[in-house]
Amino acid sequence: MPAEIEEGGTKQMQANQMPVTRQTIEDFLFAEAALLDAWQLEKWLELFREDALYLIPPTDEPQLDRHAGLYLVMDDMRRLRSRVAQILGRSMWAENPVSRTRRLIGNVRILAQDAGELSVAANFSVYRMRHEAIDIYVGSYAHRLAITAEGLRFIERKATLDLETLNPQGKISIIL
Amino acid sequence: MKEQPAEMFDNLIIDDVETATFKVNRRVFTDAEILEVERKKIFDQCWLYVGHESEVPEPGFYISRKVAGRPMIFVRDTDGAVQLFFDSCSHRGNSVCPNKSGKTERFLCFYHGWGFDTRGDLVVVPDPLGYGKKLDRSKLRLGSPPRIDSYRGLVFMSMKPDIVDLRTYLGGATEYIDMMLDMTESEAVVAPGRQSYSMKANWKLLLENSADIYHGMFTHMRFFSDYLTHMGVDLSSWRQITAQSESNKVITFDYGHSVVDTQVGPLPAFVDRPEVYERLRQGLIEKYGAERAARLMGRSQNLLIFPNLVMISAWRTIRTFYPVAPDLLECNGWAIIGKEDSPELREARFGNFIAFLGPAGFGTPDDVEALENCQRGFAATEVPWSDLSKGMARPGGSVANDELQQRNLWRRWYSLLNPDFVPGNETSSAMTRGAE
Repeated sequence: MPAEIEEGGTKQMQANQMPVTRQTIEDFLFAEAALLDAWQLEKWLELFREDALYLIPPTDEPQLDRHAGLYLVMDDMRRLRSRVAQILGRSMWAENPVSRTRRLIGNVRILAQDAGELSVAANFSVYRMRHEAIDIYVGSYAHRLAITAEGLRFIERKATLDLETLNPQGKISIIL
Repeated sequence: MKEQPAEMFDNLIIDDVETATFKVNRRVFTDAEILEVERKKIFDQCWLYVGHESEVPEPGFYISRKVAGRPMIFVRDTDGAVQLFFDSCSHRGNSVCPNKSGKTERFLCFYHGWGFDTRGDLVVVPDPLGYGKKLDRSKLRLGSPPRIDSYRGLVFMSMKPDIVDLRTYLGGATEYIDMMLDMTESEAVVAPGRQSYSMKANWKLLLENSADIYHGMFTHMRFFSDYLTHMGVDLSSWRQITAQSESNKVITFDYGHSVVDTQVGPLPAFVDRPEVYERLRQGLIEKYGAERAARLMGRSQNLLIFPNLVMISAWRTIRTFYPVAPDLLECNGWAIIGKEDSPELREARFGNFIAFLGPAGFGTPDDVEALENCQRGFAATEVPWSDLSKGMARPGGSVANDELQQRNLWRRWYSLLNPDFVPGNETSSAMTRGAE
C-alpha cells in the first residue's frame, strides 16, 4: 500500500469516532488516481473490499438501476481482478503498450457517513493519450467507502459518464 | 450528387474463383467520393434496421434515432401501431422531437408552434387564417420513409420505393433471426441501456469483422485465454469454433447476407449459475422441444444482414452502424432479453453480454483497436490490396473459419456500385455444407 494512502486514512480512523474529513477523502481519491495513472493496478485492487462492485452505467440512461438494464461495466471482484490481469497481461491489444493517462479529481463531497461507511461524490476528467490523439472522459463518481482498520475501502465504485456516446473515444479500455 | 466517372469503380475488387483470388482495393476504405456513392447506392437501396417494437412498449412512447444520417422518430401511436417519421417539421424543417426518448401525445415544433400527433397528422397551426383556405393539412403530415416493414418486431425502413418486401430481402436469414429471438421463454425484448460508440475506421471494416471467426482466437486471446480461464470455463469446446468441422458452417444468402453457425462453449456467467442455466434449458425444451432447445443453447450464429445489421446469438445482441466519414463509423448495440426473465437470468445475460461486448467489454475494445490500426495502415497506399481469399482453395469449400461470408458481402457491395461486376460463384459449396 502506498504510504500516502495509509497515512491519509488510517491514522484518523484508528482514532475512530472522529468524523472523516473531506481532506481525508481527497487524499484517498488523489492517491487512488496516482495509482491508476501509474498503472499500479494490483495495488489499486487492494483498495476494494471483497464484496465490492465497480460500475459504469450506460451513456444513454446514466440513472438506470443496474438490475434494470445493460451497464457498460458491472464488475464484482472476480471480474475486476480478471480485468486488471488482462490489462497487465500481454494480449489486451487495446492497451498494449498502455496509454498515457492523467486524471483530475475534484468537487469532492461527503454526502453521508455513519460509523462504518461513507457516501462520497466527486467529479472526474480522465485524459487518455494514445496514437497521438487524446480521448477525454468526463463524469462523476458515486462511491460507497468502508472505514476499516486498514483505511478506506471501496464497497461500490461507480463512474457515471456525462458523455452522450463514446464518440470519438470508441472504448473504455482503461479504468475510469 | 454529381455524376461519377465510370472508371472510379473499376478494379476495386478482384474476384477470381479459378485462381482462388479475392482482393479488395483499400481505396474503398479511404476515398470520400466512394463514401458519397455508397450513401446513394448502398444505404438508400437496402432495408435498414431502425429498432425493435419493444423499445416503444406503449402508446405515446417514442425514441429519436438516426438512421442512415436521417433524424427519425420511432413512435407507438395512440392506436398502438408503430410509426416512423422524419424528425423535420413540414413547415420549415426544425426538429419536433428534441428528446432522445419519452412519452408524448404530440410532437411540437418550437420554431413556429406547429404540432403533430403520434400518427404524424398536423393538428396545431398557430394563426391558420394566414393561410386562408389554402392550408391542406393532409399534405403537411410528418414525412415518412418510402418503405417501412417489420419482421418479428424488428422494424426496418428503406428509401427505395420499389425495393423487394422485407421478408423476401431477408430470405433464408429469417431462420437465424428466429433463433436469435427464440432464446427466451417469454417474449424477446430489447433491454434498456444502449451501447453507443465510434471507431476511427471505415464502416465496412466492422461489417467484415462482425462475421469473422478467423480473428477470434488471436484478437480475442485475452477473452478466451485469460477471462474464461479466470472464470473456470473449460476452453476445449470454445477452441472447436475454429476447427474445420461439419458443425461449423457458413451459409450465404441473397442480397449479401450470411451466417456463420458454430458450436459454442459454456458462457461465463452461466458457469457460476448452473441452476439458472438449467432452468432456462428446461423452459426452452418445454417451449420448443429438445432438439431446437439444444440448438439454441449449444450453438451461436453471427448473422450479418447487408448492409449494416449484425446479430450474434452467443451474446444475444443487435448491432447496427453507419459511416460518418471514410475513417469514422458510429455503432449502436443492444441486448436482447426475455420480458419475463427472472432477475438471476437477467443478471447472467447481462454478465455474458458485457463480458465480451461493448466499449468496456473484454472483446470489443480489441476489435476497435484492430480496425483502427487497419485504417491507419491504409495510409500506406503502396500496399493497395487486402486479401480475403481464405477458403477459396479449401478442399470441400469454405468453413466458418474462412472468409466466404466477407466475400459474399463484398460481392453484393460491388454489384450495387458497379453493374458490370460479375461476382464469382462460390455459393454451391457453402450451401451444400450448410444443408447438412
